[in-house]
Amino acid sequence: MLAYAFRRVLSAIPIALIAVTACFFILRLAPGGPFDGERALPPTVLANLRAHYNLDQPLVVQYFLYIWRLLHGDLGPSMVIDGFNVSQLISIGFPFTLTMALCAFVIATAIGMLAGMVAAVYQNKWPDYVLVLAVMVGVLIPNFLMAALLQLWFGVYLKWVPAGGWVSGSVWHLILPVTVLAWPHAGRISRLMRGSMIEVLGTNYVRTARSKGLGERLVLSRHAIKPALLPVVSYLGPGLSYLLTGSLAVEQIFGLPGIGKYFVTAALNRDYGVVLGTTILYMFIILALNLIVDLVYAWLDPKVRYR
Amino acid sequence: MTFTTAFKAIATAGAMALMMSTAASAVTLQLHNGGDPGTLDPHKASGDWENRVIGDYIEGLLTENAKAEAIPGQAESWDISEDGTVYTFHLRDGIQWSDGEPVTAGDFVFAFQRLFNPATAADYAYLQFPIKNSEKINSGEITDFNELGVKAIDDKTLEITLEAPTPFFLDALTHYTAYPVPQHLVEKFGDQWTNVSNIVGNGPYLIKEWLPGSYVRSEKNPDYYDAANVKIDEVFYHVLEDQAAALNRYRAGEFDILTDFPADQYQWLQDNMPGQAHVVPFLGVYYYVMNQEEGQVLSDVRIREALSTTVLREVIGPDILGTGELPAYGWVPPGTNNYVAEADAYMPEWASTPYEERVEHAKELMTEAGYGPDKPLTLQLRYNTNDNHQRIAVAIAAMWEPIGVKVELFNAETAVHYDALRAGDFQVGRAGWLLDYSDPSNTLDLLKTGTNQAGTMNWGNNYGRFSNEEFDGLLSQASTELDLDARAKLLAQAEKIAMDDFAAIPIYWYVSKDVVSPKISGFEENAKNIFRTRWLSKSE
Amino acid sequence: MAGLTGKDQVLTTYANKLATLDAPKGRSLTQDAMRRLVRNKMAVISIFVLVTIVILAIIGPYFVPWGYSQVDWSNIRKPPNFEVGHYFGTDQNGRDMLARVLQGTQMSLIVAFVATFVSVTIGVVYGAVAGYFGGRVDAVMMRIVDIMYALPYILFVIILVVMFGRNPVLLFVGIGAIEWLTMARIVRGQTLSIKEKEFVEAARAGGAKPFTIIMRHIVPNLTGPVVIYATLTIPEIIIAESFLSYLGLGVQEPQTSLGTLISAGAPVAEVMPWMLLAPAAVLVTLLFCLTYIGDGLRDALDPKDR
Repeated sequence: MLAYAFRRVLSAIPIALIAVTACFFILRLAPGGPFDGERALPPTVLANLRAHYNLDQPLVVQYFLYIWRLLHGDLGPSMVIDGFNVSQLISIGFPFTLTMALCAFVIATAIGMLAGMVAAVYQNKWPDYVLVLAVMVGVLIPNFLMAALLQLWFGVYLKWVPAGGWVSGSVWHLILPVTVLAWPHAGRISRLMRGSMIEVLGTNYVRTARSKGLGERLVLSRHAIKPALLPVVSYLGPGLSYLLTGSLAVEQIFGLPGIGKYFVTAALNRDYGVVLGTTILYMFIILALNLIVDLVYAWLDPKVRYR
Repeated sequence: MTFTTAFKAIATAGAMALMMSTAASAVTLQLHNGGDPGTLDPHKASGDWENRVIGDYIEGLLTENAKAEAIPGQAESWDISEDGTVYTFHLRDGIQWSDGEPVTAGDFVFAFQRLFNPATAADYAYLQFPIKNSEKINSGEITDFNELGVKAIDDKTLEITLEAPTPFFLDALTHYTAYPVPQHLVEKFGDQWTNVSNIVGNGPYLIKEWLPGSYVRSEKNPDYYDAANVKIDEVFYHVLEDQAAALNRYRAGEFDILTDFPADQYQWLQDNMPGQAHVVPFLGVYYYVMNQEEGQVLSDVRIREALSTTVLREVIGPDILGTGELPAYGWVPPGTNNYVAEADAYMPEWASTPYEERVEHAKELMTEAGYGPDKPLTLQLRYNTNDNHQRIAVAIAAMWEPIGVKVELFNAETAVHYDALRAGDFQVGRAGWLLDYSDPSNTLDLLKTGTNQAGTMNWGNNYGRFSNEEFDGLLSQASTELDLDARAKLLAQAEKIAMDDFAAIPIYWYVSKDVVSPKISGFEENAKNIFRTRWLSKSE
Repeated sequence: MAGLTGKDQVLTTYANKLATLDAPKGRSLTQDAMRRLVRNKMAVISIFVLVTIVILAIIGPYFVPWGYSQVDWSNIRKPPNFEVGHYFGTDQNGRDMLARVLQGTQMSLIVAFVATFVSVTIGVVYGAVAGYFGGRVDAVMMRIVDIMYALPYILFVIILVVMFGRNPVLLFVGIGAIEWLTMARIVRGQTLSIKEKEFVEAARAGGAKPFTIIMRHIVPNLTGPVVIYATLTIPEIIIAESFLSYLGLGVQEPQTSLGTLISAGAPVAEVMPWMLLAPAAVLVTLLFCLTYIGDGLRDALDPKDR
């Protein structure tokens, strides 16, 4: 198993390198640069700034410089936020993004599985319809709209929860952003769960168990849930990575610091280092998550062998 | 535990956390600051959202009062020589950086040298170019910084020599480019001196925390000379670019002041929160540049005239934007200091002719220029991505349609947009200019012919590459004119020449848009839209 | 944009079944499926609604009194007014919202269809090549697919769109180019199982080139999975497009899309609700229908019930 994990990691390196390279050159070929603002900089000033960030070197030299630094764990400076380097920004933003994503993940996975199971058990009866509808709303409404509406409704009209911002340690401030993130995730999980549960409930061994006279509760807990979890588990990795990259609109609207927001702001401002740094971080996380999911999957499903 | 009890527990915990966070600090100002500050270093700052933070923690020789007029700051008094070129400043007693080091004239000399040092790469160094030799140092022509016209006579006395008498110089000294920096720290930490763990200040507030993407937090400086009159103990400068979300948070009571609001909500604000929205003329002009380089369609003045005269400016502010910005026909915003009386302000004749006639005349001009219904002119109109810019572009495109101009809209992010403007890679482009100091030269310089630097033309912010010898001549004549009235007349003449030649299309005069909670007092509307926290107070 | 509809998971299972010869294939499947689909009420209603929306989006603009970029100077930011023909009201530029919603729906559908087409094409070619040649080639190609699942695509799309301007074609291709991975897996599975069949052997013996075999014998058997895949991809792309629009990276004015309209309507939900309601209703209906059709197709094609 260790060898399998090791091989997986090893094979990801070239792809990651290609992705970083592609990003690097696409960014540099794009029009506009980090110092193009509303007002023209005097040529001498511009030349000095460019020299300071090595932007005056040939592109290839810059590339190897970047890779060299990267190998030493240095993601370089931010060219737009003065006095911060990329690692510092990530160390500020990532905990926020991660906290939100993990909260949303745990809550949504629990609710989603439960809703999916209930819907499957009551297939085509009213609990099924109600749950499916409640869940679909979260999936189908774009999250930036959901965020704006919830903010208006629960933050401004009802004043139940803060309309945005962050006070460290306050669960209260997390409620709206986590809801917006969690809802669609719960929706997807419950759809998967419902589908696979219905399938499992129709299989011969569940029928056999029932015919043995086993109570419905026991049938579910002993025979149905574990196999029904398989597709859900295989979605958890992509699901969490979706939450991590999908937090952007939430961060923007609720005014939270987070790497999603850093990424977009940086891409728009041509803050090359931050764009690359956050992309690398995301890739790293997603690769790790997928590996973990595969290992969990193998544990759940004895049929899978490590290739 | 049932669901309801769990919910109650969470609610109680949250309420307690909320109460504790308000009880812990005395008076906290929650200021919506808009953009994310790119820096806390006064020499590198460039936005008003940076100014709001920096101006609270560092104070220059002069500072702003509640109405943003220049008043004594770190300098208690000053003398001006009779020819108006030598200023001698006397610093206050007992002023110090927050680490206990005294603020000396040397810090100012150091700061000005650092500002003009090309290696600092200060965006706005040019604002202090009236100072002797500063421009040459900044362009690398002079490398001996001691030749700069800023000298410390002793620790308490600073002498600044100008190139020529400059009526707005004291005003310019309130700008953050003229702020002192702590020499002892900058020499020790270099650019890292603004790191929150190193930073010191001499202003009414001190930076305590900086969370990029969320907020900067400052606390009152107990050692500030006027600390006794500073009422607010703590300030949060919140980052939030989504204006609708910012207004929501204001309505939820989380922000005390908004520094911008969505124009669409203006009516709503007036109806539901009367008196809280402040829309005030702001010294600045919103305009379209036209690429007038040789070979470009718009180098033809007839087409420029046709385009400019068919922009119906009166609908833009009230209808398209909804905040009632006033139409602009000239180049110098009304209310600018050192200028001709408002009654004598530039107003073209065509502005008073009915719009239909203007359209007819424009059609004739287009025909003369070789375009017509059978041969429409296709123009690309570029703007940077923003709802308001988009609306204006859409509206103006519709206004140009009847004269046979087909407009292709093209939006891009700020960096790309200005990169294209600077490279001359556009036909019509959106731009805007907020005055750095209240003087007509600040906008008129935008239309000055570029300078030849080592074989390449540097057009600076004159994106349209408008060039008119007479205009340039008047500007340079004005720059040496000592009599303010005569100078104003020369500048007004220049403005008329540029506008009659349709150098650009001014569209409206900017307004500042703030929303201020009734809890806040001490907020005074002003044309600079600067309201320093030290003048504000907040009642619970 | 991982799995709005969970299609990657479901279809990967399907792909595995195909590869292990566990699923029935061929025309009979498609016909069977159609019969079962017709029996699914929700799916039929959804198809009907969807077709109505598509038709309205295409021909609607010809029957609306105002053009989508036409400015009505006397009716700026006005609520619905039947007398002057602004049935859905006007926006801040005095443009008719009904005309804009129709145009926006059209644009969103075009983006979705083109992007789906691109992803299906890449997926089919890639999967067929991997499956047909098998062995080493297959192992390497599929390994690449596995790893590519791990890239943060939405970030790449943002980078691409930011960098190369707002060219709609690029938007289609960019979004499409990231959605082909699962398709490739399905096609590979299908190819693996078909290529051992006698008629393929015969074709090969007859000297047919691999390309011909793939195009003539393998691709035609893929109708079922392609249809499901496309149905499930379209809503994801519509959502992705609306997200890009929220970031200001959507289509260029005066053209619009549902995402652009919604992101313009969201901030004025309170003061000009008509700017949000119409496009949001269309988007949600559209996505609802597509999801139900997708579900219906999936159930119809599920070999379990046979």
